[in-house]
Amino acid sequence: MEYIISILLSGISVGGQYALIAIGYTMVYGILRLINFAHGDVFMVAGLMGIYLSASMPLYVAIPMVIVLTAILAFFIERAAYKPLRSAPRMSVMISAIGVSYLLQNMATYITGAQPMTYPTIPGLSDTVQIAGTPTKWAVLLTPVLVAVLVVALTVLINKTKVGMAMRAVSKDFETAQLMGIKINTVISVTFVIGSVLAAVGSILYFTNYSAVTPTIGALPGLKAFVAAVFGGIGSIPGAVIGAFIIGICETVIKGLPSAWDVSVFSDAFTFALLVIVLVFKPTGLFGEKATDKV
Amino acid sequence: MLKIDGLKVNYGGIEAVKGISIDVPERQIVTLIGANGAGKSTTLRAIAGLVKPAAGRIHLQGEDITGLSPDHIVSRGITLVPEGRRVFPDLTVLENLKIGAYLRNDSLEDDLKWVYDLFPRLKERSWQAAGTLSGGEQQMLAVGRALMSRPKIMMMDEPSLGLAPLVVKGIFDIIKEINKQGVTILLIEQNANMALRVADTAYVLETGRLTMTGTGDELLHNEAVKKAYLG
Ligand SMILES: Nc1ncnc2c1ncn2[C@@H]1O[C@H](COP(=O)(O)OP(=O)(O)OP(=O)(O)O)[C@@H](O)[C@H]1O
Ligand SMILES: [Mg+2]
Repeated sequence: MEYIISILLSGISVGGQYALIAIGYTMVYGILRLINFAHGDVFMVAGLMGIYLSASMPLYVAIPMVIVLTAILAFFIERAAYKPLRSAPRMSVMISAIGVSYLLQNMATYITGAQPMTYPTIPGLSDTVQIAGTPTKWAVLLTPVLVAVLVVALTVLINKTKVGMAMRAVSKDFETAQLMGIKINTVISVTFVIGSVLAAVGSILYFTNYSAVTPTIGALPGLKAFVAAVFGGIGSIPGAVIGAFIIGICETVIKGLPSAWDVSVFSDAFTFALLVIVLVFKPTGLFGEKATDKV
Repeated sequence: MLKIDGLKVNYGGIEAVKGISIDVPERQIVTLIGANGAGKSTTLRAIAGLVKPAAGRIHLQGEDITGLSPDHIVSRGITLVPEGRRVFPDLTVLENLKIGAYLRNDSLEDDLKWVYDLFPRLKERSWQAAGTLSGGEQQMLAVGRALMSRPKIMMMDEPSLGLAPLVVKGIFDIIKEINKQGVTILLIEQNANMALRVADTAYVLETGRLTMTGTGDELLHNEAVKKAYLG
């Protein structure tokens, strides 16, 4: 029983971390119809920034700095690598995204000397409490709460504010949005900034649990968050969040199955099997739009 | 009020508009008629800032507005009701109207009342998603949305497209009414008959060049126009 509770808790927490990354994928897709392959690497860079900044300043300064710098990074990536290709075929933008992804990984290798870097212990987050007799990190408990708060805030932003209305308009029709006086580049920048802020928050929670940051560490959580976004129906924020929790929980449950069954190594493969199955039966995902775009 | 001089627009290597000059005096209804592909929409898109002209100047009340971005054009009082209405389908009717006033920060109450008085149908349906409106209602919404920016000039790209004759008549009545209330209108139509009846001034555009101009009445009774556009 205790074992089950601890697995579920950790599944929810992993799912929450994926959710924070998945929202960035799904929002950028919603507005640009672009799979932003660099998103997982922005997440990795946020992890590295957490390490370097916390080494030179107190955490209460370092953590907000990580979030702000990640947002600035995403802003410049969009301006430099995607904006010039606004009217180019979508395939070109995707290749540009793959290029940015490798650029970030290579830069991380250069800076870290390819050594795994240890994430700082964040007092509060890394402390453990006893839940149903199992020691659990605060980060695990905090993650779903934080995800819920951020998702509610984001939903309000999108549905109730002027900039949110502009985001919805731009995601449907660039040209008519421009005719309303909306500056689409500003709205697109806002989208990247929001997605990267959430990924930065996700990186803090994620690396508090996994502790080592390597240049390629963004790839797997990034891919899983992407799968979560597709699973939920790419473009849909609630879809991405629900997809992320389902994947997080399933994955943790598989990892936690009795070791005699010897299936835990397949937890990643499971994620992708899930994607394939969903796409076969429901190509638009759980909450997807009707029109499908070929990726 | 709006003066277009020698406007040329290219798409890639193709010249869609080949040097046209149009004058839109204040408070008039000016219409531009022409066959498919004549370059009517391209002309309006160039004025709205959606495409950059290759040559020529556009002046609004003496100010050179050539090549400005769409948000600057809107803020100077020129709005475009695009071809095919292009309402935002997932936004409600009210949100569509509000987004028409995107650049304004003052109270929208008077303008909402104005639009709802012109189109009572929109008021009844203000919470409905715009995508579920009928074609005629979507056209009303597209016009209402454009009015929410409080334009000096409203450009309209084929407002009668795909609408039943009775609905078209309703739309043209509204165009006259809006014009009477002080908004200058630049109207593009394939439905030349209706357009020439309401127009003070009319231009005929053929494959990127102006071939005729006159008052609406003059062109309505012109033999060449009758043959080519009035069937
Ligand atoms: N985005 C574009 N790229 C390339 N060519 C274009 C583009 N838009 C229009 N054209 C071309 O420019 C010419 C003029 O098109 P435009 O849309 O202005 O015609 P129109 O008079 O509005 O016709 P219609 O009555 O059918 O709407 C056409 O030959 C068209 O094929
Ligand atoms: Mg046209």
